[in-house]
Amino acid sequence: MTAPGQGVGTHQRAMPSGASGKDRSGVWLHCQSRLESLPLFPAATAAPVATESLIEIKDVNFAYAERPILTGINMTIPRGKVVALMGISGSGKTTLLRLMGGVMKPTTGEVWINGECTSKLDTQGIYRMRRRMGMLFQFGALFTDLSVYDNVAFQMREHTGLPESMIRDLVMMKLHAVGLRGAHKLMPAELSGGMARRVALARAIALDPMIMMYDEPFTGLDPISLGVIANLVRELNDTLGTTSLVVTHDVQEALDVVDYVYYLSDGKMMAHGTPEEMRANKDPLVYQFVHGEAEGPVAYQYPSKDFSVDLKLGARREASPPGGRRAA
Amino acid sequence: MLPSIRSIGANAIDVVLRLGYAARFIGLTLAHSGTSFARPRLIIRELYYTGVLSLIIILVSGLFVGMVLGLQGYQTLTTYGSESALGVLVALSLVRELGPVVSALLFASRAGSAMTAEIGLMKATEQLSAMEMMAVDPIARVVAPRFWAGVISMPLLAAMFSAMGIFGGYVIGVVLIGVDEGSFWSQMQGAVDVREDIVNGVIKSFVFGVAVTWIALFEGYDAPPTAEGVSGATTRTVVTSSLAILGLDFILTSFMFRGM
Repeated sequence: MTAPGQGVGTHQRAMPSGASGKDRSGVWLHCQSRLESLPLFPAATAAPVATESLIEIKDVNFAYAERPILTGINMTIPRGKVVALMGISGSGKTTLLRLMGGVMKPTTGEVWINGECTSKLDTQGIYRMRRRMGMLFQFGALFTDLSVYDNVAFQMREHTGLPESMIRDLVMMKLHAVGLRGAHKLMPAELSGGMARRVALARAIALDPMIMMYDEPFTGLDPISLGVIANLVRELNDTLGTTSLVVTHDVQEALDVVDYVYYLSDGKMMAHGTPEEMRANKDPLVYQFVHGEAEGPVAYQYPSKDFSVDLKLGARREASPPGGRRAA
Repeated sequence: MLPSIRSIGANAIDVVLRLGYAARFIGLTLAHSGTSFARPRLIIRELYYTGVLSLIIILVSGLFVGMVLGLQGYQTLTTYGSESALGVLVALSLVRELGPVVSALLFASRAGSAMTAEIGLMKATEQLSAMEMMAVDPIARVVAPRFWAGVISMPLLAAMFSAMGIFGGYVIGVVLIGVDEGSFWSQMQGAVDVREDIVNGVIKSFVFGVAVTWIALFEGYDAPPTAEGVSGATTRTVVTSSLAILGLDFILTSFMFRGM
């Protein structure tokens, strides 16, 4: 068979010959017309508006009730690139990701995906758009009542109506791409954290999405799994011809695999540039984040009262005799 | 003073809001039930988890309730020398009241709590969000099949509870105590009316099935996505649906058996 990784990118063309064994060719011909109308193969569903950038975020503001979360965000994600969205916890990264997934709508501004403005889409439109998106959740979010195989097959069964024999081939290819073909019978509870993340990745790419979104893909992984996932992000992007957005705060791993970085702080886009530019950035905020330093513009201490007040030293000081010294 | 009045108001608004959400939720569930019926496998799978797996507790409880009815009924009836009516007493109390009510209470604590916990945990572990991001509506795929499975299995479980209870009454009354077998069955046959007793019992258990499943699914879907949130929701499912069953039973009984 093909080497790991290759199977994913080449299966569009490899399928007819791969399916020629035994009785599969008939199934293939039967399904071909149906397949072409589906978002399974990116080539078959060419973008209606072939703009240079796949995702464009224009002057987006977002607020929960009165509390602003995102202010004046502008962002462009070109086709075929891996873009990282970085920032400390609570900076609004996940909110921005949700705006792109159409889970929430911006208070003002526009999110354009593949030539369509998400805020103008109805539920059906959002669902249609999401069929072409893959999302890897922070902890995988595998369906715990389904086996690894059924998890990966889930979207194919829900959206395509392909015959089971073909679903099997596709599932095996996706699992092969993440190196877990041998684990297809296991249940999610039997997987390690890294394996679960890879199964979730195979599930996310099940329908060959146009956009892959990763929500903190590196969190809580051992160094080996982390390296594996980081390489997979890059490899899948290039072999599938996808566009990827990685939301993360694992700076070093991300800087090694991405093409471009956006740095979000306090709901504002503070900096953006290539990984080299980010490493060389002298802005104190960016510098502190990229180099992981405890002290800097981002305070380590949560805003609090004066320490002596919290320790109730004030009262005792008043009670102590005048002129009495106390240890610092 | 002012804060406490304010909190009463806030709680009242909260209750009304949740009722609204619950109504919207059941509306959405019914509107998205098409998928479940187009793919009966989804319902069958849930029928197994909610119905078949509840069978043991339902059958065993039914047997014991019937046996207790046999003992107590015999005690009381012998006082009036009418122990031959034991069959009628056992059958009517089971079919009209105990069957639907007790099996619904058991169903709420066995299957309802499991449904709430499952859906709450699916939400907490982002499985529902993941489904939504895959353009699959969780209401259609997860909630609706469970709802219909609950609604279908409740009357069946209640019927089995009653059947088992009558068998328990028979074992105690006829086999052990020695009530005349012929009068036990023939008086039962004469007194139990299909329309008045059995159909009313089925209607009751259908209504309880809707109520319990609705409450369980809504609590799960609405649970805060934390360990505390899910445990609180599970508790609320059992408490709310038990109260709902008893309240609804009173209302239904007062309508059904007025003229008797």
